[in-house]
Amino acid sequence: MIRFILTKLGLLIPTFLGVTLVAFSFIRMLPGDPVELLAGERGVSPERHAELMATLGFDKPLWEQYFSFLVGILHGDLGTSFSSKQPVLEEFFVRFPATIELATCAIIFAALIGLPAGIVAAVKRGSAFDHTLMGISLTGYSMPIFWWGLLLIILFSSPDMLNLTPVSGRISALFWVDTQTGFMLIDSLLSDEKGAFKSAAAHLVLPTIVLGTIPMAIIARQTRSAMLEILGEDYVRTAKAKGLSPFRIVGIHALRNALITVITVIGLQVGVLLAGAILTETIFSWPGIGKWMIDSISRRDYFAVQGGIVLIASIVMLVNLLVDFMYGLINPRILHRRS
Amino acid sequence: MSLLEIRNLSVEFETAHGLFRAVDSVDLEIDQGEMAAIVGESGSGKSVSMLALMGLLPWTARITADRMNFDGQDLLTISQKERRKIIGKDISMIFQEPMTSLNPCFTVGYQIMEVIKEHLGGTKKELEARAVELLGLVGIPAPESRLRAFPHQMSGGMNQRVMIAMMIACNPRLLIADEPTTALDVTIQAQILELLQDLQHKRGMALVLITHDMGVVAETAEVVNVQYAGQQVERQNVVDLFARPQHPYTHALLSALPERATGKRLPSIPGVVPGLLDRPTGCLFNPRCQFATDKCRSTPPALHSKVLCHYPLVDGKPTNNHPGVSSQGSSGQEALGGNV
Ligand SMILES: Nc1ncnc2c1ncn2[C@@H]1O[C@H](COP(=O)(O)OP(=O)(O)OP(=O)(O)O)[C@@H](O)[C@H]1O
Ligand SMILES: [Mg+2]
Repeated sequence: MIRFILTKLGLLIPTFLGVTLVAFSFIRMLPGDPVELLAGERGVSPERHAELMATLGFDKPLWEQYFSFLVGILHGDLGTSFSSKQPVLEEFFVRFPATIELATCAIIFAALIGLPAGIVAAVKRGSAFDHTLMGISLTGYSMPIFWWGLLLIILFSSPDMLNLTPVSGRISALFWVDTQTGFMLIDSLLSDEKGAFKSAAAHLVLPTIVLGTIPMAIIARQTRSAMLEILGEDYVRTAKAKGLSPFRIVGIHALRNALITVITVIGLQVGVLLAGAILTETIFSWPGIGKWMIDSISRRDYFAVQGGIVLIASIVMLVNLLVDFMYGLINPRILHRRS
Repeated sequence: MSLLEIRNLSVEFETAHGLFRAVDSVDLEIDQGEMAAIVGESGSGKSVSMLALMGLLPWTARITADRMNFDGQDLLTISQKERRKIIGKDISMIFQEPMTSLNPCFTVGYQIMEVIKEHLGGTKKELEARAVELLGLVGIPAPESRLRAFPHQMSGGMNQRVMIAMMIACNPRLLIADEPTTALDVTIQAQILELLQDLQHKRGMALVLITHDMGVVAETAEVVNVQYAGQQVERQNVVDLFARPQHPYTHALLSALPERATGKRLPSIPGVVPGLLDRPTGCLFNPRCQFATDKCRSTPPALHSKVLCHYPLVDGKPTNNHPGVSSQGSSGQEALGGNV
């Protein structure tokens, strides 16, 4: 197991270096620079431009800038965002809970619907339910998030239609909730404000659906195919030969084996979720890291963007590593390999 | 009244190339405490016929039968739920592949206790005690410590013993063993067969043993069903079958036994069991039969006093006005002829 961990960690280093390089060069490839964007319409004289760029350290050769970026990472310093004058790391972690809250709700929503739907589709293979579900999930899988978000807003939130859910932010402006955990659902419960929790939950509904749609489609499809394969295994036939109920055969014997695959699939959705969060947060003005990244990119906030990308990528890599270990834990054949 | 009575059982599979009849009008009758064998080469529908009895075939299978009675109950008409009360309790089945037939995610103990709990119930303590007792009964050393083992931590032979323990856990009245030793080493094979026979005697179970090994049949069975390409070609008690095989296929199978071989070369029946696409007309065995005539190649035979043949053998010679061994008889003539 230790060897397994070390190999995985060893593989992370080159991946991580690649990420830093991409993060560093991506933002510098965009036209315009921070000073220009700060100056806006008024413009700025070439001398003043050069002077300001020099104070930010952008006059140095690129390799030197990249090198100091790497050195900074080693020291846990991602630089200072020049739009907010705050350390990038701090900026990130202030917003991170909002994104985690949204992503967690989305993945729970996706698993809660995708998992049972995939199981039923596999058991009733070839049925109308199966075909419908596979059709829906193919649609969900290729759903353009932006369009889907706007459609839901029009349907559920516009005053002319259902007018059910709020469309922006995490909680109604009527409430003032102290930040304790950073998770609005929990903070609103801890606060004394009446109705704060309800408002926070209502604000979560649409973003959760929008962000959860693609993972839900993926989970449903993967659960179905994993179950289909497992339902044909000899040990499922044995379970039937024992006279067990269909619930035990499918829900215990087959599902336990399918979960090995499905947990991996769910874990791998973290990347999809964080990518989707960028769009979803923008649509719903959700104050998380996704929205922050978009804002930082439009301000050409070099440090914020490169730091943010590196942090997000690190989180995805860490979670994938965790999934690998989970896989080992849930699968006895790997767990007991040493014995 | 017999414990199990199956009449005219047929199983058809829907395949991409149309319907495939894997089992064709098979009968089986077995009494309490009796031991029957089903023999035949690979692909002759032995497993499928017994899986049909257990209700374990996939949804592509179409099962028809005139009768399928177990202990006075008609298995064809009872509900799925009632059938589940019988399957695993009164009728149970051991499979060919011990390594893949146990669930890799659950311990051996869990899998044994589960079936007892389902049919007989009991507290956790009672279930555990019973599981330990069963593991001991099937000859697993240190049964207490084995309860917590996973299938992949044990050998194929041990897994097959676990499988047997699981399937006799609820004291079945009929046990079906589908080639229980094929996947195992020769030495283990003998042990497992001995264990099954021993259990059968002690508990008075009826046992259906599926095998393609005539040697095993001679040592164990009382009644023998010979199956070929889904059809039951001969049914006799074991003594008569070995002394006076009536179907050319049985005759050929017996000639292929090593003890009966006279030459150095181990004889076998040339050709293979026909599949979906190469079904011959007439008698299904005709392309491999050394006695085949034009009639055999054109008309399917009817059941002739428990033998499915136009010219049942007597003392190794075809009767019923057989025109004499035709010169275009199969290439098997040589291999078979040498041992008659
Ligand atoms: N699910 C299925 N769908 C289609 N055909 C099947 C299916 N299961 C079995 N068959 C076919 O039915 C025929 C009989 O198979 P069966 O498994 O009963 O043979 P067998 O006599 O048990 O052989 P073996 O000694 O190899 O176990 C074979 O030709 C097989 O290909
Ligand atoms: Mg078989």
